[in-house]
Amino acid sequence: MAVKNLIDGVREAMHEEMARDPRVVLLGEDVGIRGGVFRASEGLVGEFGEARVIDAPLGESGIAGVAIGMALNGLRPIAEMQFADFIHPAFNQIVSEAAKIRYRSNNDFHVPMVIRAPFGGGVHGALYHSQSVEAFFMHVPGLKIVVPSTPADAKGLLKSAIRDEDPVMYFEHKRTYRLVRGEIPDGDFTVPIGKARTVREGKDLSIFAYGLMAVFAEQAALELEKEGVSAEVIDLRTLLPLDREAILSSIGKTHRGLVVYEANRTMGAGAEVAALIAEEALFELDAPVRRLAGPDLPAMPFNTVQEEHFMPNPEKIVHAARELLAS
Amino acid sequence: MARTKTRATAATALTPDAVRKAYRDMLLARIIDERQWVLNRAGKAPFVIPCRGHEAAQVGWGSALRDTDFFLPYYRDLGVVVARGYTARQAMLALLGKAEDLTSGGRQMPGHYGWRERNIITGSSPVGTQVLHAVGIAYASRLRGEDSVAATALGEGTTSQGDFHEALNWASIYKLPVLFIVENNEYAISSPQSREMAVQDVSERALGYGIAGATIDGNDYFACHEATFQAAERARRSEGPTLLEFKTYRTVPHSSDDDDRVYRSREEVEDWKQKDPITRMQAHVLAEGILTKQEDEALWREVKAEVDEAITYAEQAPYPKVEDMYRHVYAE
Ligand SMILES: Cc1ncc(C[n+]2csc(CCOP(=O)(O)OP(=O)(O)O)c2C)c(N)n1
Ligand SMILES: [Mg+2]
Repeated sequence: MAVKNLIDGVREAMHEEMARDPRVVLLGEDVGIRGGVFRASEGLVGEFGEARVIDAPLGESGIAGVAIGMALNGLRPIAEMQFADFIHPAFNQIVSEAAKIRYRSNNDFHVPMVIRAPFGGGVHGALYHSQSVEAFFMHVPGLKIVVPSTPADAKGLLKSAIRDEDPVMYFEHKRTYRLVRGEIPDGDFTVPIGKARTVREGKDLSIFAYGLMAVFAEQAALELEKEGVSAEVIDLRTLLPLDREAILSSIGKTHRGLVVYEANRTMGAGAEVAALIAEEALFELDAPVRRLAGPDLPAMPFNTVQEEHFMPNPEKIVHAARELLAS
Repeated sequence: MARTKTRATAATALTPDAVRKAYRDMLLARIIDERQWVLNRAGKAPFVIPCRGHEAAQVGWGSALRDTDFFLPYYRDLGVVVARGYTARQAMLALLGKAEDLTSGGRQMPGHYGWRERNIITGSSPVGTQVLHAVGIAYASRLRGEDSVAATALGEGTTSQGDFHEALNWASIYKLPVLFIVENNEYAISSPQSREMAVQDVSERALGYGIAGATIDGNDYFACHEATFQAAERARRSEGPTLLEFKTYRTVPHSSDDDDRVYRSREEVEDWKQKDPITRMQAHVLAEGILTKQEDEALWREVKAEVDEAITYAEQAPYPKVEDMYRHVYAE
C-alpha cells in the first residue's frame, strides 16, 4: 500500500478500468494532452490513444448526450464535466435521458455511464467554480450519486461506477484532490455503491458528511475528543441511494445527529438525512437533528472574507456539535 | 450573403486623437494584465485571466460602437471594457476581490465584467450564455424603435455550445442588430480549433444562417475597428446580424492555473509574439507621427505609473463586509 493523493485514486481507477475493459472511454474538455485541468487523466491519452481519450468540443450537453449514445451502443463512457458548475447545459441529457432510459423502455435499453465532475468551494472559485450540485440530481431516481473523501474510496467507488449498469454521477471535491492523502490498497478492488463508511466510532453524537466535509468532520471529531466528546463520523459516500441503515444505526447509538454539507442549506442532502431520521428514528433522538450547511445564497462569493463565511470548516463543525450537545 | 476576408489595414477616418486613445487603451490593458500575473505569482491574487495578445481585437471592437450600444464581453475582454472607460484601479479591485469592485462588489472572479452605466451587461463563467442575451437585448431595442446594436464576444471554442447555434438562429430569423464577435485564438484551453470545428474559419458558419460573416486579422486594430463599425452600421439599417471572426492568439497560458507548455510549442508562441498587436500599433503611431518617440516613452511611463498606483490603492481597499453577502438575493 502506498500513500497517495485523492486525485491519484481517480486517475488509477480510470487507468486500470481502461486497461481491463476496452469498452471504457473517457470524453471531456481538455482530458487528452492536457490531462484534464486538474490532471486527473494525465498520461491516459498517451497510453490509450485519442480514440479512447477524447478531447470533446466545448459543450456539456454534447458530452453527456454523446456519452449516452456510446453507452447505448456497447461502450462504457466516462464523461467528464470540467467543473460541476458547467454541468447545467447537460442537465436535460442527464435528467431526461440518462436517468429515464431504462425505465421508459421497460428495461429494453440502459445507460452504463459515469459522469465525473469536480465540485465544491473554498478555492476562490467564486460563483461558477465552487458549486455543489448534488442535490439537483438527488431528486432524480434512475441516477446514482457518489462522492469520495479518501484516495482509496476515490479509486474503489470510481471502479464500481464504471462497472455499474446504470448512470452514476461521481462528484470529486476539488479541494480534496491534493489535500487528502491516504493509502490505496494494491491490486484490483472496488468500494460498493450505496454503503456509507464509518470514519470513526463515537457515542455522544453522529456527524454525517461527504466529500471535503467528511474530512473536516473527522478533524472536528479529534478536536471534540480533547473536550471529552465522543463524536461518531459517518462519511455518506453515496448520496443516491442513501445508506439508510448506516444512518439509522448510528443514530440508534448516539441519539444526536448533525449533518454537514456545503451546498445551500435548503433542500440539500442534509434535508433528506434529517427527514429520514425524523421518519424512522424520532424516538431515538435526544435532541432535534441539526444541519450545518452553506447559506441560502445564489452562490459562493470570490472574496476571501465572504467565501470563508460561506464555507463550513472544522471550527464551525465543533461549534455546531457543542450546540447540539447542549440542546 | 457575402463572406469577406479582410487582412489589409484600412486606417479609416480615425482622428489622431482616436488612434492615440486606442493605443493607450491597448497598452493599459496589456500593463494591467502583466502586473496581475506578477501579483498572482507573488501569492497576492488567486486568479488571473489574461487578455494578452487580444488587445487589438478587443479595443478594436470596443471602440467602434456608441455609448448607446450594448456590450456583452467575455472573460478575456479586458481591452473591451478599458475602451469603455474601465480603469486600472477597477481591474485591481476586482482582482483582489475588494468591496469597491464595481462589477460585483468582490463577488465574482476577476474578468467577469458588468457595468450598467456603460451598457456593459454582467457576465458569468459558463461560456456562451451571453450570446443569447445579446439577441434578447437587440430584440428589445428593436421593439422600442431604438437604433442601438448589441455586440457580444466569445472564443472560437465556445461556438461548440448549443447556445451559440440558438443565438445565431434567432438573430438571423428576426434580422436583429447583433454583432457576434469571435476572438479566435486557436485554442480553447488545450483544445485546438480542429477539435472544435471542421471548418477553417468560424465565419463560414454565417452561411448556414443566411447572415453576413467576415474573418479579420485580429491583431490589426484598424481592421477590427473598421469591420465592427461597418457591421454595426448595417445592423442599424436593419440589414441583420454579422458574425465577425478576429483571428488572434493568446501569448500566455489560458489562465494563471494553466500550463500551456503541454499543448503547444514554444516556437508557435514565439511566432505569434512577433506579431504582437501592441508593437504593431506602436510602429503605426510612430510612423504616422501620431506620437514622437519621446511622447511614446512618456506614455508607457504614465500607464505603468497608473497601474502601480492602482495596485497600491486596491491593496489598501477594504474587503466586502460579511453581512453584505446576504444582500441582493431579491429586490430590497
Ligand atoms: C459551459 C462551460 N464549460 C466549460 C468551461 C471551462 N472553460 C473556461 S474557458 C474554456 C475554453 C474557452 O475557449 P474559447 O471559447 O476558445 O475562448 P478562449 O478562452 O480561448 O478565449 C473552458 C473549457 C466554462 N467556463 N463553461
Ligand atoms: Mg479560444
